[in-house]
Amino acid sequence: MADKDSWPEALYDLLRANGVTQFCYVPDAGHKVLIDRSLADPDVHSIPLTTEEEGVAMVAGADLGGDRAVLLMQSSGVGNCINMLSLTAGCRFPLLTIVSMRGEFGEGNPWQFPMGQAVEPVFKAMGVIVLRAEQPSDVIPCVTAAITMAYQSGQQVAVLLTQRLIGAKKF
Amino acid sequence: MAVLSNHPVNRDQAKVMNRYDITKRLVGLLHADEAVIGGIGYTNFDLWAASESASGRRQQNFYMLGSMGLAVPIAMGVAIAQPRRKVFALEGDGSVLMQLGSLSTVAARKQTNLCVVIMDNGAYQITGGQKTATGEGADIVGIARASGLEQSAWAADEDAFVELVARSLKEDGPWLIGCRIDTAKPVDTTERDPARIRDNFMKGLGVRA
Repeated sequence: MADKDSWPEALYDLLRANGVTQFCYVPDAGHKVLIDRSLADPDVHSIPLTTEEEGVAMVAGADLGGDRAVLLMQSSGVGNCINMLSLTAGCRFPLLTIVSMRGEFGEGNPWQFPMGQAVEPVFKAMGVIVLRAEQPSDVIPCVTAAITMAYQSGQQVAVLLTQRLIGAKKF
Repeated sequence: MAVLSNHPVNRDQAKVMNRYDITKRLVGLLHADEAVIGGIGYTNFDLWAASESASGRRQQNFYMLGSMGLAVPIAMGVAIAQPRRKVFALEGDGSVLMQLGSLSTVAARKQTNLCVVIMDNGAYQITGGQKTATGEGADIVGIARASGLEQSAWAADEDAFVELVARSLKEDGPWLIGCRIDTAKPVDTTERDPARIRDNFMKGLGVRA
């Protein structure tokens, strides 16, 4: 069982064990381990994006080509994706995205609140199912469930790594 | 890039061509293996039209009916997943202006099996012909080169377009071919079932039974 500090490593192993080979991201501290491991892994493609909606398209392209991809982003990037999620919903592309949260539990930067608080309603409005990981023991069960829902059932699923889990940032 | 020196340096020197005609020439150069992602607008309407033949419709095409600007990153996802296949992204000037960052993403990855074709008529034609920035001085090929896509060139005319596509099929990319096109109406309209578009494309590539 992943403990307080080891869940990011276990999360990477889980994604790899389930055949994810394209890691697309706009960097965030909450995804540091996943990004670093994907960069060091010769069997995967680690793709930094200029903006998050590019990742929605890349995840769709990966599926079209027969690959599994994951989109890693911060909550502020969810807003950038909204219209592009029409592509995902309309074509019934599987979507797995892991979102590190700002603008909620213990946030100290007022600028982060509007988008952070809008993440769940915005995702739901676009047909994306939202799962929340609130503590270290939630992460692996949530992402395991999301993997099945996305790749087996063709759903669009976002797992939120909440601020209660990853801690509020000092900036 | 010296090998592209016979192609015009800037947009003003390129001939204005017919969209359907050059799309037909592009499709004519493709075999069964290449994948094509058609961006939103008349670009993909003419891809749809140009892909119809006596033997049926070319199946390895994906058509965007929304989500403007994303043909290039969709093509990149396919290109990474299908490294032995050439993947083309067809995109309009208005669309690519919306996602210029995607050009630097392609360049940074040096995605060798990807070719971006820009259909530039300086207008958001499908919404009534309002001007885009390319009609006011923005040069997509110049932007692409400055984004790191060194193998970017304007097609001087139809023959030059065919030559550039043929090179992109034979040699490593990433490539970007700029085409100045007219404002002719598209020849047909793409079918409107997104799930079927995905399904057809995946069957065409053989990644889905």
